[in-house]
Amino acid sequence: MKRGWPPYGFALVGLGLILLFNAVASPGFLALEIRDGQVFGSLIDILNRAAPVVLVSLGMTLVIAAGGVDLSVGSSMAIASAAAGVLLAPPPGAPFDPVSSAPLVVLAALAAAGLCGALNGILVGWVGMQPIVATLALMVAGRGVAQLITQGQIIVIDSPEFEALGTGSAAGLPTPVVLAGVCLAALILAVRRTAWGLFTEAVGSNPRAAQLAGLPVRGIKMAAYTVCGLAAGLAGSIACADIQAADANNTGLYLELDAILAVSIGGGLLTGGRFSLAGAAVGAVLMQALTTTLLSRGVPPPIALSAKAGLIIAVVLFQSLAFRQAIARRRAASA
Amino acid sequence: MAAETLAELTGVGKTFPGVVALEGVDFSVRAGEIRALMGENGAGKSTLIKVLTGVYRPDCGSMLIAGRPAAPRSPAEAQALGVSTVYQELNLPPNLSVAECISLGDEERTFGFIRRRAMEKRAQRALARLGLDVDVRRPVGGLSAALQQLTAIARALDRQAKLLILDEPTSSLDQREAAELLALLRRLRGEGLGIILVTHFLDQVYDAATSITVMRNGRKAGDWTVEDLPKRALVSQMLGREMDSISDRRAPEIGDAPPAFTVEGLARKWTMGEVSFQIRRGETVGLSGLLGSGRTETLQMIFGAKPADRGQIAWAGGSSRIKSPRQAVRLGLGLCPEDRRAEGIFPGLSVRQNILIILQAKRGFFRLLDQASAREAVSRSVAELRIKTSDPGQPIEGLSGGNQQKAILARWLSSNPKLMLLDEPTRGIDIGSREEICRKIGELNQAGMSVVASSSELEEIVALSHRVVVLRDRRQAGEVSGETLSEPALMTLMAEGEA
Repeated sequence: MKRGWPPYGFALVGLGLILLFNAVASPGFLALEIRDGQVFGSLIDILNRAAPVVLVSLGMTLVIAAGGVDLSVGSSMAIASAAAGVLLAPPPGAPFDPVSSAPLVVLAALAAAGLCGALNGILVGWVGMQPIVATLALMVAGRGVAQLITQGQIIVIDSPEFEALGTGSAAGLPTPVVLAGVCLAALILAVRRTAWGLFTEAVGSNPRAAQLAGLPVRGIKMAAYTVCGLAAGLAGSIACADIQAADANNTGLYLELDAILAVSIGGGLLTGGRFSLAGAAVGAVLMQALTTTLLSRGVPPPIALSAKAGLIIAVVLFQSLAFRQAIARRRAASA
Repeated sequence: MAAETLAELTGVGKTFPGVVALEGVDFSVRAGEIRALMGENGAGKSTLIKVLTGVYRPDCGSMLIAGRPAAPRSPAEAQALGVSTVYQELNLPPNLSVAECISLGDEERTFGFIRRRAMEKRAQRALARLGLDVDVRRPVGGLSAALQQLTAIARALDRQAKLLILDEPTSSLDQREAAELLALLRRLRGEGLGIILVTHFLDQVYDAATSITVMRNGRKAGDWTVEDLPKRALVSQMLGREMDSISDRRAPEIGDAPPAFTVEGLARKWTMGEVSFQIRRGETVGLSGLLGSGRTETLQMIFGAKPADRGQIAWAGGSSRIKSPRQAVRLGLGLCPEDRRAEGIFPGLSVRQNILIILQAKRGFFRLLDQASAREAVSRSVAELRIKTSDPGQPIEGLSGGNQQKAILARWLSSNPKLMLLDEPTRGIDIGSREEICRKIGELNQAGMSVVASSSELEEIVALSHRVVVLRDRRQAGEVSGETLSEPALMTLMAEGEA
């Protein structure tokens, strides 16, 4: 790979192509409009819709980089959403009064999902379970827990302060976009300005060698899963605020798969090691841009899914050096 | 001897890309014979066995099985010809019952349905032949290593095996179990079976085998009957060195330096018997012994990678039984592992990251090395150890084996350890890098660093060490230093232990 070409270069190219296609096919697609100090436009919509996946992908990036995978993020989102919903609008007979402070509710939701992440970290790091098995368990059980919290109901909330998390705006942009952006920047700083990034890559690249180098392997895994849980918690809170309801059945459903794909599209190795947080964010936005494009052009959703799959496979293939070399060889042979 | 020749290989050769694994090997086994197949790592033992059992096809040479030309293309074909193998890593499916394991692939069937009762009867019969009475419905994974081993043998006998190949059959057994297994082998031999025994326990060879074939560097060093090849001669054949050869290079005298570390009776159950020795300041202690004698285990115990459960390590001002590599690193120890790929390098990470990891691990989480000093530290290491890399930002896999090894050494040296443990530091690397690593060890000694280095090469260990601890069958066999340190002295200890 050439110098300066980021590992998510092909994802950026793919994203650019999608935007270009839209710009040509529907004039005005790239236009941004400022009304009441707020920016509007298709691009902003795409970012806004992508924000929860971006958040979850950031956590997933760290987990995958540390040599694991977290299938339970969707369920963690549901738990966070259920916790927020129950606190804001307790079902009849609940032993506590509604909590009116939105920050407190968000904190509680984050704590619930963070706890789920920490549990994964314990199962994988200390108990030594296979990451897929450990997190699959929470993926299945977690949604049940979320349903227990909501008692199987969809809890409708009515708290403008909390809903602002999903539908409000900050600095002229939708709150979810700002939150995702801030988290991305904060994590990049945390990972690259401390030894966290290097240690995570080392653990994911060769856990045995990392242990022999005296690295706190379990602690690093634990940190990755906990951050992943927290990210899912924030995404779950946003989802809850966005639809103004806590829906334990559908919040974050299949989102773990989108997040894993985003990491992969963003150039992260699924086997652990080198990672790119920015790449995962680009990957998540790319998928959302594609979905929006297909649906807005009237492609029926079932076909849109297949098209999405096709593009993803193409991007991932092009990222592979072996694939590009094979193509180059074939071209050289036929010339 | 008129006994039937079970298998006969003539002029067999096998080449892998870049490596000649076997060259012109003649090998034969008769019925009623236990032939020990001996050799150090890379001697060609496993390749020979894999050719015999159809895992590999030989490039040249001919092969007779039961007197007829044969070229098995798979272990199943070899089995049909009466050649069965029991591998070191027990590869029985652990969830299956003993009966299922024994008949797997050749089940008693009626109209395609397995006749469970018949299968169990058959398994019982096969086990009874070994003098065993096991509940054949139990899952194999729940049996002890010894019983699993025996189940595998029963399976082979059930297939009408005439030639049984055992690859390190006793490595996971305790002494009593090993003795029982060897007694069983002697009995099977009496029943006319031919057995090829691969083991690194010399005592067991003399306990059970009737003849010995020694492999060395892909060639056969020779065939002997057990009586004709005393232990010392066997060791020198395996190592390919005469007992009276003399090397001239020696580590310089260090005088009466005070002990820096003392290993006091470290031992680990099932893994390694007691070892005790002193390491003085600026001294290199060599760890010598044949393959499987416990060199790696000793280093791993000292470093806490496989912590000892008895004994301790003492140094000026303290002592401890190190429980984890993390603790060892904090105490100023470093370990270059034997298996560079599995335990040393971080693939996918750059040469720079691979070198900086220890320095950073010691600084801790929050005090990230700044770019400038990181670059400087790396370029200093690269220059000092002459690591050949065009760009330290490239992935470490791009380096040659020797340069990878130097990078791992650089990783530790940048943190200036007090005691450096080197497990086979020159294995599998080119001559140039080897020379440089040996030179570097001398320099480290002069700078006051203590080193414990293991090596399977006698010449190297004699040249590097001030003192050598010899291991044999996972026990300390003795210690040689000063004037008496010589290759013949080491070989004597490796073969026979303290007189």
